[in-house]
Amino acid sequence: MAMMSPLLKLFGQSPFRPLQEHMRLVVDCANEVPNLFDALFADDKVKLEAVRERIFRLENQADDIKNELRSHLPKSMFMPVDRRDLLEILDLQDSIADTAQDIAGMLVARDMALPSAVRAPMVGLTRRCVDACNQLKQIVEELDELVETGVRGPEADKVMAMIDELNNIETDTDVLAIELMRVLFEHEDEIGPVTTIMWDRVIHWAGDLANYAERAGNRHRLLIAH
Amino acid sequence: MQIIAQHGTLLIAAAIVFGLFMTWGIGANDVANALGTSVGSGAISIKTAIIVAAIFEFAGAGLAGGNVTQTIRKGIINPEQIADQPETLIFGMLAALLAAACWLAIASTQGWPVSTTHSIVGAIVGFALAGIGFDAVNWGQIGAIVASWVVSPAIGGAIAFGLMYSIQKLILNSDKPFQSAVRYGPYYVFLVGFIISLVTLFKGLKHLNIDLSVATSFALAAGIGVIAALFGRRAIARVKIDEEADREFHFASVERVFAPMILFTACAMAFAHGSNDVANGIGPVAAVYGLVQSGGEIAKSLPMPLWILVMGGVGIVVGLVTYGYRVMQTIGTQITELTPTRGFCATLAAAVTVVLASRTAMPVSTTHIAVGAVMGVGLARGIAALDLRVIRNIVISWVVTLPAGGILAAIFFFMIRAAFT
Repeated sequence: MAMMSPLLKLFGQSPFRPLQEHMRLVVDCANEVPNLFDALFADDKVKLEAVRERIFRLENQADDIKNELRSHLPKSMFMPVDRRDLLEILDLQDSIADTAQDIAGMLVARDMALPSAVRAPMVGLTRRCVDACNQLKQIVEELDELVETGVRGPEADKVMAMIDELNNIETDTDVLAIELMRVLFEHEDEIGPVTTIMWDRVIHWAGDLANYAERAGNRHRLLIAH
Repeated sequence: MQIIAQHGTLLIAAAIVFGLFMTWGIGANDVANALGTSVGSGAISIKTAIIVAAIFEFAGAGLAGGNVTQTIRKGIINPEQIADQPETLIFGMLAALLAAACWLAIASTQGWPVSTTHSIVGAIVGFALAGIGFDAVNWGQIGAIVASWVVSPAIGGAIAFGLMYSIQKLILNSDKPFQSAVRYGPYYVFLVGFIISLVTLFKGLKHLNIDLSVATSFALAAGIGVIAALFGRRAIARVKIDEEADREFHFASVERVFAPMILFTACAMAFAHGSNDVANGIGPVAAVYGLVQSGGEIAKSLPMPLWILVMGGVGIVVGLVTYGYRVMQTIGTQITELTPTRGFCATLAAAVTVVLASRTAMPVSTTHIAVGAVMGVGLARGIAALDLRVIRNIVISWVVTLPAGGILAAIFFFMIRAAFT
């Protein structure tokens, strides 16, 4: 007899664990981005390609979890948080991995020379943007605890403070990005217009890592405020 | 009348066989659902659950089950119309029992969330309609019973919500959740013992010729609560903070405090289930036995013999041991979202609701109340994901079970009557 208890059917799969798993892969992806620049500036083509490969593989794995999670979230699921917020957070996490992929693709595909004066601020910006992603990961890791406490009380306050910190990091990256652009444009003539535009693009992508993380963080704010 | 005199023993034997079939089904399926919230939280083993079920199902049926048995036995139909042909009532009760048991077996193999209570009520109504007539059904009572099927899960949900909210407020959201859990845990255990015994004792033991005053009931219930709390405190005192686990999940130690407390709610739930659901199996047996013993006098009220109760208990335990443990195992391993705090709230709420319903003689569905209670925990934003499609399935199963049980009972009734006349 294949007896199915209604009690058993009542429990859906928790969306939070897959969301956390997804974020762990995404943050691994983001953490590889500074390595791209290290390899590029050291002129180490082999390492550059290896890092790019790692990023692409991680992004693929994250995609699998993303699709799996989406199929487990039918509208009939009753959750302590809004379903749309959850899906939006998943999308933003996904965008982080995609952006890391874009940067990796560009650095491998095109010969991207950069004057040494611009290198340090470029790495500085990237590291700060990756900080934002790591901060988001910390926030996502708190989801279990949030549900345990009914998404209120000191635990919710703690997560709110973590989101504030994420906003601060993102503000830092804005300042760093503008400074970096200024330095880049000073060397415009040296590297030529096309390379300048391409680097401008990379800078924007790096900034996007932090932007997406911040937007996901703000979705967590809604999740708690609900 | 002759039929009863002639085939009395055979009729009782048939009632016992059908009754065992029915109680086996209850033990195989229903008990597992009742204790599923306890086993699901991983705090008690299957073996413990079976032992708890064996003891407290009996206690529940014996101490608090009388009212529901009365309802099943004679609250649903007005037998006055057939006072001159009591054998019709006997055939009907046998048919209803067999129909409910068969329907349960069919539904279980198909995986439908049907309720034993709904099956037996539908079957008795079906027999009354087919065998006696429209007026034979006590429609007022049926209306009340059906209303209780809707109201009871809602009440269970509301209580569970309140409990979960209080645990979040007092313990999980406090500055030191573990210390708060150790401090308040025994009070929650007190609540389990106090409420369940109060509802049972409060003017509830008349059938045992024990009539307690209001004050005595309260005092006794408080005493039982305190004893439970003392046991609870000893068990809780053994729980130590696990910093390793807390790093992974900040409330891991708090959950460990609630784990030993699950044993108390499991006992309460088995007791509640016994007070409500055992009647579904033994009510008709008692009716048949009573009629045969009195020589067919319907009006005569006989006390329920102990052996029928024992038979019900044996059937349930056998059902649990032969099959129900597997259902429990599945529930235990697959419901990972039910942490001890959540399981505690859901089970206590369900147990209180079922015992309350039993006191008002309403045959309710423990499984559906358990589902309602889990929903209540979910409403307190305490569970990651609940699939609301289950509610739709339950409603469908109501709509299907009543006519299905009724039609089966009508068919069996005509068959049994033809066999004896």
